Amino acid sequence: MEKKAFQKVYTKIKNITKATCTLNVSGVGNEEIALVQGRMAQVVKIVGEEVTLQVFAGTEGISTDAEVVFLGEAPTIKVSDQLCGRFFNGFGDPIDGGPNIDGEKREIGGPSVNPVRRKQPSELIATGIAGIDLNNTLVSGQKIPFFADPDQPFNEVMANVALRAKADRIVLGGMGLTNDDYLYFKNLFDAAGALDKIVSFVNTTMQPPVQRLLIPDMALSAAEYFAVDKNEDVLVLLTDMTLYADALSIVSNRMDQIPSKDSMPGSLYSDLAKLYEKAVQFPEGGSITIVAVTTLSGGDITHAIPDNTGYITEGQLFLRKDVEIGKVIVDPFRSLSRLKQLVIGKKTREDHPQVMNAAIRLYSDAANARTKMENGFDLTDYDQRTLDYAKDYSEKLLAIDVNVDIDEMLSTAWKLFAKYFSKEELGIKENLVNKYWE
Amino acid sequence: MNKKGAIGKVYSIVANLVVVKFEGAVSQNEIAFIKLDGVDLMAEVIKVVGDFAYVQVFESTRGLKPGTEVSFEGHMLEVTLGPGILSKNYDGLQNDLDKMDGIFLKRGNYTNPLDDDKEWDFTPLAEVGDKVAAADWLGSVIENWLNHKIMVPFKFEGKYTVKSVVPEGKYKINDTIAIITDEKGNDYNITMVQKWPVKKAIEVFKSKPRPMIQLETGVRVIDTLNPILEGGTGFIPGPFGTGKTVLQHAISKQAAADVIIVAACGERANEVVEIFSEFPELDDPRTGRKLIERTTIIANTSNMPVAAREASVYTAMTLGEYYRAMGLKVLLLADSTSRWAQALREMSNRLEELPGPDAFPMDISAIIAAFYARAGYVYLNNGETGSVTFIGTVSPAGGNLKEPVTESTKKAARCFYALSQERADSKRYPAIDALDSYSKYLDYPEFVKYAYENISDTWIDKVHEARNILIRGKETYEQINILGDDGVPLEYHKIFWRSELVDFIILQQDAFDNIDANTSMDRQEYMLDLVLDIVRKDFNFSSYEEVNPYYKKIINILKQMNYSDFKSDKFNSYYKSLETTIAERFDA
Ligand SMILES: Nc1ncnc2c1ncn2[C@@H]1O[C@H](COP(=O)(O)OP(=O)(O)OP(=O)(O)O)[C@@H](O)[C@H]1O
Ligand SMILES: [Mg+2]
Repeated sequence: MEKKAFQKVYTKIKNITKATCTLNVSGVGNEEIALVQGRMAQVVKIVGEEVTLQVFAGTEGISTDAEVVFLGEAPTIKVSDQLCGRFFNGFGDPIDGGPNIDGEKREIGGPSVNPVRRKQPSELIATGIAGIDLNNTLVSGQKIPFFADPDQPFNEVMANVALRAKADRIVLGGMGLTNDDYLYFKNLFDAAGALDKIVSFVNTTMQPPVQRLLIPDMALSAAEYFAVDKNEDVLVLLTDMTLYADALSIVSNRMDQIPSKDSMPGSLYSDLAKLYEKAVQFPEGGSITIVAVTTLSGGDITHAIPDNTGYITEGQLFLRKDVEIGKVIVDPFRSLSRLKQLVIGKKTREDHPQVMNAAIRLYSDAANARTKMENGFDLTDYDQRTLDYAKDYSEKLLAIDVNVDIDEMLSTAWKLFAKYFSKEELGIKENLVNKYWE
Repeated sequence: MNKKGAIGKVYSIVANLVVVKFEGAVSQNEIAFIKLDGVDLMAEVIKVVGDFAYVQVFESTRGLKPGTEVSFEGHMLEVTLGPGILSKNYDGLQNDLDKMDGIFLKRGNYTNPLDDDKEWDFTPLAEVGDKVAAADWLGSVIENWLNHKIMVPFKFEGKYTVKSVVPEGKYKINDTIAIITDEKGNDYNITMVQKWPVKKAIEVFKSKPRPMIQLETGVRVIDTLNPILEGGTGFIPGPFGTGKTVLQHAISKQAAADVIIVAACGERANEVVEIFSEFPELDDPRTGRKLIERTTIIANTSNMPVAAREASVYTAMTLGEYYRAMGLKVLLLADSTSRWAQALREMSNRLEELPGPDAFPMDISAIIAAFYARAGYVYLNNGETGSVTFIGTVSPAGGNLKEPVTESTKKAARCFYALSQERADSKRYPAIDALDSYSKYLDYPEFVKYAYENISDTWIDKVHEARNILIRGKETYEQINILGDDGVPLEYHKIFWRSELVDFIILQQDAFDNIDANTSMDRQEYMLDLVLDIVRKDFNFSSYEEVNPYYKKIINILKQMNYSDFKSDKFNSYYKSLETTIAERFDA
């Protein structure tokens, strides 16, 4: 972060907490950036002459006579094609050993799109994974997280989705990534020969948590550059948003705000929505799609972070290990893509919606049968068939290692129906049954 | 309160809470403008301490500095009322979103909610010499397809005499269409436009009786089992993804109302886009006109400023009350009232007020109750009737209904449509739990009388019968689960499957199927009769294993009927095969 001649310099800090410091200044604007002993900070509160700064790297070792320089602007990012193939930290500085980049300076966390200027998302994003394409179809301009316990391979699945989706550009926002995960992404993108279409903003666990707070805004501002200026289809990957929210709670706590549920700030919903709502289909053709990761603790989706996320995003992809087949599956019950109805049966075969629902309904009958079995009751013939079907369905369609196109997924489903059930047991519209029953 | 406003300077800033040191007099809820580098940021006074006014700013405060000048406007947050509101897309402060330039919203961009240059066909209704008061109809213009009444402005107090009214012809909204004279002899020019502060209810009617007339929504589990009435109130709580928005959209498309106002309050922008893009294409089943013609959208999506989110529901309600005063049936839908409550919470926290449960403001219950109280069926002063029906969604944290917003709303609303995670998981849509849910209107003698006269004299009994079948089915299901399929009498399986029949055919409804989505009241009556007829039959089964496949077969046929046009050839042929299937069981 360079200094300029006209900037205001101060050396008298009044109060210091773990994440903030306060000093007397005049003429400083809200959300303006400052350097506190060289560390980036942002104005979060002004009372008369007294200004409170949030120091992203933490205040460890900051002294009361530290040099504070105000830069006269909100946080910015430099945008240009030079971003491609590069890795940056939350401040937009390169971390891959490469040179600084040139580009137009833009404020991050900018304004939202006028809702009437949005277009209705309508382009299907195929991933080859039936748990997604068949049951929870993704659409460009959508925002959707993976909900997964920390031991699930969410980063791998997300990386797979990213590489198979036909996006023009991928922007990775990594928050609290372990160094190993950071290198995993780097090597994978490199090996796929896709590095050139990828821009990455990464905060690793080696850096202070508060520094993560800038990552999503950086990533999304870069995405807006490619989607608006270049009309590209941009896929933004945000992992792990739970660690982002944790950082929010640290700051709000140190600002003495009254916490709401699960010690999260009362503004968590708005804070997360501001980011996720950057997902959009622009009228000129560009789009921003957000695929995120929200790690759960013990599968608990009622915790404030996944709960608020679920209320904001357009569905969620719930990863779970199916012990019976020994594979990770996309759970059809807790997963949902709310935009799927914009494409299924329209961009895909007409029987898609009904096949999807029937398959899941039968899978849920199997769950009931399993409960019965566990309670030690005899199973009916129907119960037995649903159980056999469920195992097959899980293996052939729900498992995350499936990689086929949607027509083939539908045909697999019809085969399973025919193998285990009669036509009446499907509850599917008659004309479709007549046409597709195998 | 139309005094000259005070002036002041910004003293402190935390997010969108700004404290202004002022000179002169300011009032609570007064509007102020903060002059930031040539851009005016709109704000509302929410607290005054000495000569410091606390204002919530409806925009981002990025770059705002202490010392910035502020002017107070001398009035509260107001909406502009006049012809041209229908089909508009507004933000929470009634700015016309279509009039804004560029793809991104620019702060301080306030646009005219109405169209000053558009000409309207005016027909006078009042005559010279008529004695009139606030809300009396002076004339009427055709807005899209309905008669939009031009009224004596609601703010006018006392009695007036009509001095002149313009003849039939084309006029713009700011043209004088009448002159009225007060008791002291002062003349007032009346145009088609008036303003009203959103936080005050428009109470220009003679009386507000209890609701009595059913408002058809086309959604079976509502109309048949838990009816909502014109001027009634209802709410839809449910965990995320259980179908609140889909249900509200279905209601907004199908409800038998003249005017629909949809307030997207802190929810997803893409959901609003769905309305923008679909409603101009879809037909209103009753008038054959496009749905967008009767619809106004208030979009304050989750990424738009939080303070304006709070305002948006009031803006929507005020527009609804305006149309009600014209003798129209208005349906107001707000998704989600929890986001509005959260906006109140964020502000209350910044004000460092003593927090109530879950950090919501202490008076959250009173605020919600006061809002729901603005809905209602009314007799206007001229004897006509109008209504504002309000249905809000609630998004309980963690899906737990024991939280302040759900509990407060439960006290205020008369219909409760509880969405169940379990039903949504098993794709039993709409996921309304018919047994947890209720409509208090079912017990209103006014509605019982209405149903008796307008649906049938046995209707209410049948509704209760259907409900009982569901209750018994649920109890029996629990028994079967405890004792096992063969541990219970055969009769239990029949009881359970009868309730499944009601569930699959009456409760479940495919919102994405053109035919099934919308069921007319006579079709609902027909299907309920048909289903109850089957339920009352005592089929012969030799073992419990025959019960499930047989009922599934019947359900399948009835479902095909739901998917077919009412009484079409296809529908009738399914009916025939139903008869055959039923006969089989009696021969056996
Ligand atoms: N009646 C229905 N028929 C078919 N599918 C439905 C129905 N209702 C809901 N769904 C499915 O459930 C999804 C979620 O519904 P919806 O968006 O209405 O949930 P919500 O309760 O509003 O969630 P949130 O609180 O997060 O806004 C829909 O996208 C659709 O896939
Ligand atoms: Mg919703």
